[in-house]
Amino acid sequence: MARIVVDPITRIEGHLRIEAEVSGGKIVDAWSSSTMFRGIEKILKGRDPRDAWYFTQRFCGVCTTVHSIASVRAVENALGIKVPPNAELIRNIIMGIQNVQDHVIHFYHLHALDWVDIVSALKADPAKTASLASTVSDWPLNSPTYFKGVQDKLKAFVAKGRLGPFANGYWGHSAMKLPPEANLMATAHYLEALEWQKDVIRIHAILGSKNPHPQTFLVGGMAIPVDPDSQNALNADKLITISGLLKKAKEFVEKVYIPDLLAVASFYKDWAAIGGGVGNYLSYGEFPDPITGKQFFPPGIILGKDLSKVYPVDQKKVAEYVDHSWFEYSGGQGKGAHPYDGETEAKYSGPKPPYKNLDTDRKYSWVKSPRYEEKPMEVGPLAKLLVAYASGHKETQDAVGLVLKHLNVPATALFSTLGRTGARGIDCLITAQQLPKWLQQLEESIGKGDLRVHAQEKWDPSSWPSEAQGYGWHEAPRGALGHWIKIKDKQILNYQAVVPSTWNASPRDHKGQRGPYEEALIGTPIADPNRPVEILRTIHSFDPCLACAVHVLDATGNEIVSVKVK
Amino acid sequence: MRTLLLGIGNTLMNDDAAGVLVIQNLAAKFFFPEELTVLDGGTLGLDLLPYLEGVDRLLVVDAVETGGPVGSIIRMTGDDIPLALATKVSPHQMGLKDLLLVADLQGYAPKEMVLWGVQPGSIEMDIELTPEVAASIELLEGKVLAELAAWGITATPKSN
Repeated sequence: MARIVVDPITRIEGHLRIEAEVSGGKIVDAWSSSTMFRGIEKILKGRDPRDAWYFTQRFCGVCTTVHSIASVRAVENALGIKVPPNAELIRNIIMGIQNVQDHVIHFYHLHALDWVDIVSALKADPAKTASLASTVSDWPLNSPTYFKGVQDKLKAFVAKGRLGPFANGYWGHSAMKLPPEANLMATAHYLEALEWQKDVIRIHAILGSKNPHPQTFLVGGMAIPVDPDSQNALNADKLITISGLLKKAKEFVEKVYIPDLLAVASFYKDWAAIGGGVGNYLSYGEFPDPITGKQFFPPGIILGKDLSKVYPVDQKKVAEYVDHSWFEYSGGQGKGAHPYDGETEAKYSGPKPPYKNLDTDRKYSWVKSPRYEEKPMEVGPLAKLLVAYASGHKETQDAVGLVLKHLNVPATALFSTLGRTGARGIDCLITAQQLPKWLQQLEESIGKGDLRVHAQEKWDPSSWPSEAQGYGWHEAPRGALGHWIKIKDKQILNYQAVVPSTWNASPRDHKGQRGPYEEALIGTPIADPNRPVEILRTIHSFDPCLACAVHVLDATGNEIVSVKVK
Repeated sequence: MRTLLLGIGNTLMNDDAAGVLVIQNLAAKFFFPEELTVLDGGTLGLDLLPYLEGVDRLLVVDAVETGGPVGSIIRMTGDDIPLALATKVSPHQMGLKDLLLVADLQGYAPKEMVLWGVQPGSIEMDIELTPEVAASIELLEGKVLAELAAWGITATPKSN
């Protein structure tokens, strides 16, 4: 049996290695390993809990907001703090636009190259491309001159011998199905999305006072003053600027991203039956109502692809296992540890690099195996949408229904690689349409004279109990993110983060159950073992981000992009 | 001429913090003329694209894997930078390399690029520098100031 090794998986943040066994043109077994490890609690122990977000912000290489939000929520949960409505709305806008921007970047800049052949785009007829584009959207830029311009730019770039971000693509692969014109359309929008994302993320600079690394997060609320008449506060002018940027964000998603997603998906419908995975889904829900606290996307759990039941999430049922991870627990193997009592004692027992294969019967990853009631769970936009859909969330049911109808596929098509990629787009659309409403609520609240952004009563540590513990949940762009904190004598006693990619990239657990990436790869067809683009399609559909799960362990010991077939 | 001084690195990973520390120290010690932007880029890639637009000269400070002794410093210029990053000498090769190429593709790559780097000893998750890299921080600050001076950008010490 042939074993394929893809190491590292490119176009992700962080480092991920996949080993897969192929038989009869299909993957029959798979192992996901990240050759890095984490240990944030070392840095946080003994610090003031109110400072934690400032450190956790730097966990991740790309999403600087998500670990700040989860951290301040964990401390607020531990101390029983309710943040004022304005702060909740400002956070919703910050999280919402992060989601929208991140999903667009993922689709065009990290995932599209698995489906779109850039080299083929060079052969496209710009006039035909424009007429194709006009059938899917009335986006004003879609003209023959525009597509010709993009093609010329691309040709000049390739002529310099610098494929740059497009290097490592599987050009001309038999699994690439788009006609040249669709490839050119998608490539043009790849470039347009670059310009678009630069603008919309200015919202973080306005609400965060600084971007990258926004500075206005605060336990108990936000540190941005709200005053319609002050130059130095969130004032009427700034609200108008944000409103314009949100409009721009929504337009692009409605008129470019979603039409492109549907156009590309229509050529790859076979991927609606590939990449199903573990079939258990976990979402923490997101976007609390500023008054009631009820989340816009409801939290919940779905088991065994059964959409007739949604179970409530109980954080007590989360535990991390290390039976196949390079860590040791003081309690020994075979038992999970709840994040409140999490341990990170690294003990590498894998082969000495450079090596051909990992010893996958034993420990083979730096990623722990989080499980919910001992079950592997998939997290991310698909989990979020399935939970919302099965809970009867109207906006989700409407949007999912439209997409299924357009592609003429049943709801079971969602349990797939294509479903994952589609769900990310639908999530982006619903959020982009919801964002202006939160801004409007904020404007109304300010209009009524409520300028509160911070709940101050528990700011002073003398008001805290001698011991407290809490958790902060955030449904981040990549899914369920949780921070758990234990506080003793005003200081951090323990701190653990269970991040989305840990759930998804986890290796086998104490029961030998595969993690979500591993399970999703089973049955994936492999046309050419030397160019396994199909592996990338399924893995990228999860939007892996291991920059926060892990860190570089051995910068020089790892090969540059290599695919090895044994 | 607009100039960007960009510190890259993860401040939670030992020596990986070097680039960010150098620019933070300089910003704390000196006033710079308006044509210079000093930016803590963290480990971000594409999110930094807006800051490259309209920039004529780019000076990057980063931890760079050169194979040399820990704490040794290196200067690279122009096309050597993306090329060096392509052969994976920096822990942030994905972000910065892609960023420069995308800027080039979009037609606003800086005309002049210089990178000052330091060889890291440890990039484990912790906030201490190794003694070798800690000893090189001030040296790097001096190199960066000299580079800026050669571009006609004067740093004025802040009082106290």
